[in-house]
Amino acid sequence: MKNRSLVSIDDFSTEEILRILDLTEEFEKEPTQKLLEGKVIATLFFEPSTRTRLSFESAISRLGGKIVGFSDASNSSVSKGETLNDTILTVNNYCDLIVMRHPIEGSARYASEIASVPVINAGDGANQHPTQTLLDLYSIRKTQGRLDNLNIFMVGDLKYGRTVHSLMMAMSRWNTTFNFIAPEELKMPDEFKLYLDNLGLKYYEHNDFTDIISKADIIYMTRVQKERFSDPIEYEKVKNVYVLRNSMLKNTKSNMRILHPLPRVNEIHQDVDSNPKAYYFEQALNGVYTRQAIVCSLLGIK
Amino acid sequence: MKEAKQMSVSAIQNGTVIDHVPASNLFKVIQILGLDRIDNQITFGTNLESKKLGRKAIIKISGVFFEDEDINRIALVAPDAKLNIIKDYEVVEKKVVEVPDYIVGIAKCMNPKCITNFEAVTTRFKVVSKKNVSLKCHYCEKITNQENLQII
Repeated sequence: MKNRSLVSIDDFSTEEILRILDLTEEFEKEPTQKLLEGKVIATLFFEPSTRTRLSFESAISRLGGKIVGFSDASNSSVSKGETLNDTILTVNNYCDLIVMRHPIEGSARYASEIASVPVINAGDGANQHPTQTLLDLYSIRKTQGRLDNLNIFMVGDLKYGRTVHSLMMAMSRWNTTFNFIAPEELKMPDEFKLYLDNLGLKYYEHNDFTDIISKADIIYMTRVQKERFSDPIEYEKVKNVYVLRNSMLKNTKSNMRILHPLPRVNEIHQDVDSNPKAYYFEQALNGVYTRQAIVCSLLGIK
Repeated sequence: MKEAKQMSVSAIQNGTVIDHVPASNLFKVIQILGLDRIDNQITFGTNLESKKLGRKAIIKISGVFFEDEDINRIALVAPDAKLNIIKDYEVVEKKVVEVPDYIVGIAKCMNPKCITNFEAVTTRFKVVSKKNVSLKCHYCEKITNQENLQII
């Protein structure tokens, strides 16, 4: 995978995804190594995303790499009107790899075509965030011992949630059964359901999940944002339906784990945190190992 | 009907006749094929009567024979176009236009948040449906369908 970029999860074949997951396992066992000594990695965050940036920077720092970059476009030359083209052509002289977050969709693909070094997309608008998808896959495989034939519940904002779309597309490689639980206004868009139809995969849609929760292997929670509703009354009606509480977990499978891309607001009640089935903070930790695996593979070090 | 057509636009000895172009897209076809930048003799007629299209246009280009991949670039604006290849005043071959698998630099991505609408990036699409043309943007991965299709 040397010198390749990672822009979209579809850029990687199933074998390549599994290779990254295996490598992630190695980094989990030994996260501090000198593999990136002498390497400079640029983290260009054209919009702030503290969590993703810290995860990348932690991953790189633990391997001895140096980081240059910015965390907000307002204190870079972009605020003076520089084009993305010029920023990338300049920065790619200074580093061995670029990690980029940008609000414009397709910006990462464009950057990867201009840059002479590999580009990792750390989120381009509502489009893709493949390192999140890979860390989700890693968390699923680690907690379930496999990726095949799982029953995945996706809960909350399934319309705008880019993480659920990417994860759904990725998991469709492993004969997954999906349960989509969302309010009417935030249902899974037709284009994604069509995608599953074409693959012959099973999916079910619900407005509520208390009755069916016992079937889940993974519950993937997302935030239902007030701003997404055209009618504030609609939001008030549904806001509590999509909140996970500890009392709801009684009849769930023993292998079931709860994932969330974070940040959480109130969609998972704090009383869930102490339940061993809550996995979202470990999931965030897995993100560091996953990013170590991705960076090292694109640099041809591993 | 045939006579009327011949009266409108005179015949050519060698070259290509592009018929059944929607009148409203004549100049787009000219632009896409780069006919405004060549020295060959070109005659065209527009707003001609057509049973199929209402009003059609026809273009006759002397001394030019197109490759299939070039001619398929007009598929988005003239999907029903028919080509007659003329040698010595005779039609020696007829061709129809086919929607290609990839479209480069002709259509605009309908996603207002796509990078191609912010910077000088040539648009690129994968054609995901040919019948009711549907294009998937190479950059933002969003779909632009026939109703929202804009030619640059």
